[in-house]
Amino acid sequence: MNRMTTTTPVASSSTTLGAEGYNFAYLDEQTKRMIRRAILKAVAIPGYQVPFGSREMPLPYGWGTGGIQVTASVIGPQDVLKVIDQGADDTTNAVNIRRFFAKTAGVATTEKTDQASLIQTRHRIPEKPLTENQILIYQVPLPEPLRKLEPRETETRTMHALEEYGVMHVSLYEDIAHFGRITKSYDYPVRVNDRYVMAPSPIPKFDNPKMDRMPALQLFGAGREKRIYAVPPYTKVKSLDFEDHPFEIETWDEPCALCAATDSYLDEVVTDDKGGRMFVCSDSDYCADRRDAGHAGPGLPTAPKAISRDGGKP
Amino acid sequence: MTAPRTPLLTVDGLTHRYGERIGCSDVSFQMFPGEVLGIVGESGSGKTTLLKCISGQMEPTEGSILYASRDARDVEVYGLGEARRRMLMRTDWGIVYQNARDGLRMKVSAGANVGERLMAIGERNYGDIRHQAEDWLTRVEMDIARMDDLPATFSGGMQQRLQIARNLVTKPRLVFMDEPTSGLDVSVQARLLDLVRGLVSTLGLACIVVTHDLGVVRLLSHRLMVMKGGRVVEHGLTDQVLDDPQHAYTQLLVSSILPV
Amino acid sequence: MYVAVKGGEQAIENSQALLADRRRGDRSLPELTIAQIREQMPLAVDRVMTEGSLHDRDLAALAIKQAAGDMHEAVFLLRAYRTTLPRFGISEPLNTDRMHIHRRISATYKDLPGGQVLGASFDYTHRLLDFALAAGDDRPVAELAEHAVDARMPRVAEILDHEGLIECEAPDSDDAPVSDITRESPRYPADRAARLQALARGDEGYLLALGYSTQRGYGNNHPFVGEIRHGTVSVEFEPEELGFPIEIGEIEVTECQMVNQFKGSTTKPPQFTRGYGLTFGHCERKAMSMALVDRALRAEELGETIDAPAQDHEFVLSHSDSVEASGFVQHLKLPHYVDFQAELVTVRALREKARRLAESSDDPESSSIAAE
Repeated sequence: MNRMTTTTPVASSSTTLGAEGYNFAYLDEQTKRMIRRAILKAVAIPGYQVPFGSREMPLPYGWGTGGIQVTASVIGPQDVLKVIDQGADDTTNAVNIRRFFAKTAGVATTEKTDQASLIQTRHRIPEKPLTENQILIYQVPLPEPLRKLEPRETETRTMHALEEYGVMHVSLYEDIAHFGRITKSYDYPVRVNDRYVMAPSPIPKFDNPKMDRMPALQLFGAGREKRIYAVPPYTKVKSLDFEDHPFEIETWDEPCALCAATDSYLDEVVTDDKGGRMFVCSDSDYCADRRDAGHAGPGLPTAPKAISRDGGKP
Repeated sequence: MTAPRTPLLTVDGLTHRYGERIGCSDVSFQMFPGEVLGIVGESGSGKTTLLKCISGQMEPTEGSILYASRDARDVEVYGLGEARRRMLMRTDWGIVYQNARDGLRMKVSAGANVGERLMAIGERNYGDIRHQAEDWLTRVEMDIARMDDLPATFSGGMQQRLQIARNLVTKPRLVFMDEPTSGLDVSVQARLLDLVRGLVSTLGLACIVVTHDLGVVRLLSHRLMVMKGGRVVEHGLTDQVLDDPQHAYTQLLVSSILPV
Repeated sequence: MYVAVKGGEQAIENSQALLADRRRGDRSLPELTIAQIREQMPLAVDRVMTEGSLHDRDLAALAIKQAAGDMHEAVFLLRAYRTTLPRFGISEPLNTDRMHIHRRISATYKDLPGGQVLGASFDYTHRLLDFALAAGDDRPVAELAEHAVDARMPRVAEILDHEGLIECEAPDSDDAPVSDITRESPRYPADRAARLQALARGDEGYLLALGYSTQRGYGNNHPFVGEIRHGTVSVEFEPEELGFPIEIGEIEVTECQMVNQFKGSTTKPPQFTRGYGLTFGHCERKAMSMALVDRALRAEELGETIDAPAQDHEFVLSHSDSVEASGFVQHLKLPHYVDFQAELVTVRALREKARRLAESSDDPESSSIAAE
């Protein structure tokens, strides 16, 4: 099959789970209830970081334990799960997490954005707009947007409570004073619902506008730091900026080398050690879709179908 | 003065204890707009405790502090929620600390230090913020060519000027100063005091200056309170208190410190 | 051609197979058994149990085997297992007074009721590599004393207590629930129970370094080893339907009570204060380090100046857990090329700007970027 047009049911059925002795989706029901309560609170207070009793997971902290706990708490047997890291479905972290849920929950998985009901992500938002029927779950390493400016949790909590966010703009001011522009390029701070300043997790600022009034529910899980936060559907999300130095996203001088997209986030691929490079979509599903629709980028010397979704594997 | 003299600040029966120990005891006074009050006493006399309590940094054990806010209502400083109190402290009030490190953000530029208060109250135009920062740095006689430098690269006197500019940018009505000139060279002290005196009179600021240096209060303050052992032992017009001290302690202070 | 990031799934499976192979090593040598690890590497097992917060020698030995001897990895395995276990309830507090003693020493008294019991320790060995051991260990079983050690062995803290020389342990109110760091996210400043829990599962190397720093002047707290005791204690549990506690088993623990000088404050007379350390198994270095750090973290409560890292609750407690630390440090290995691309775009733009600036003007006043 030269492309996956349907969702792939996982080979093992629920009776032959590899993770014997563990509950559906690994976490016990009590823990799931605790996490769901935290999620409900987070949805009720958009952008507010809700502390929760994060568990040790069979994956190291910093590798998506927060996202996994959130996913494990909201996933049901009918869900279709997509997992991406850096926009791609086949990077090691994404593969590991997808296999974890295939093994412990036996759910269907997919690489197609529009066929997933749950998408767990590290560092990207898919290019294809999400819908009301989807939930986007972010893996968050450092949930506190003020942390780099103020290391103390006691102080940052007070700053959030009292909406003392002047210092956030101070850091942007410093960028402009020294470099003539805001240099923050990822994990670019946003203000949610005109109230809480929030870290969007280390997505490139290119993705920030997608968060604004997104129809899908956005959930954020930080396992090591023990925080959950959320942006409910259709909530205002504004990237911090100045009137005379408005927020801007990255642009590229050339289109995707494979699918010729000019509207997607591009990764730089080094092709030799003499400065040769090409730019390709970071969202692998988006890129494959475009190629299948007949778009061909300048990096494809042969017929466009030669490189398809499975990356040219025989 | 033609405006009706309603007090800006009314302190009544203010007492603060640290466990068994008295910090300050039963202090009462009023301050009027545009007035400079000096508080003097040796270390341990309770003047810094008093300043911390009045300026919203430490809730006193007893007593009340009423402040006439801009909307002309008297508010109890510690009756306000923390959010409103902190807002008051960073807009309507200013605090100049003895140690510039306590009053400045040392890891950001001079310009950002001055601009921070503006950003905190919602100003979002970089050009305007920068322009106002330049204006205030000029008014405290700092070189605006250095506005993108870090505070640590400035001299002690310049750091104090920067603190002052940072506080005045939101046009406060009441400024607290805790030993603003101690630790500076005499000549630097004199120039700083000159500057403060000029700003206070042109801006019509009310100011409370805590110091152990009678020279400072002689130059700046209209009225003077002398503290000893946590209590106010003498209170009156500055010249009167210094030229004709009534309390034995004030007499000692004046004769031992002030060169006649 | 562009294939660089494809094929992850198969590569992962291959990596796992290689790891398993490497763990097994040379197949001509016999495989390690769990029992061998449990019996012949007892101190490694103890450390993994302590930091893994699970008292089970066989599981700890399995974790060490599975982790190919990587102790942090073994701790992690045990923790990830532990977190899924159902909770039946909370045991009664351990009574280390009634410990069946294997070792008990005090540095504050030459002799004391119950005496100094050296037990098994490296303290009295010469650190000379024993080449005879390389050839094999056929030493006879050590001879044991005819009489068990004195069952009445008062703790040193109690001896000082008679004179009122040492602070009373603050009595916990019986009603207040004890904090549980495995179920709640931390709040600062943390109460002592939460602190001790975090320290007990904290990384030994980290606590050792912090404890050491207090001795070198970063928050000196003038410690004496009041007592170290190692042995077994019984665990009691009160099932709801029974109404009284019953013994459900024995565990091996090491306890350290540090006695520290205290000059007194406005409210307290001069007296000695305590620092406390407790570990599973025999982890003496860890118990001592923990006691030093526990005492350092009490600086605020005792009205001491806080100027050293070991006295700072947020600093000490939020970095003590090796599972958290190891995960986050190593997550830097995960792909970050999206973030990196964002940084590349920014840096190129800044450099481009600098270049244009340099080209467009040789006039002196715009020689720096910042001057724009």
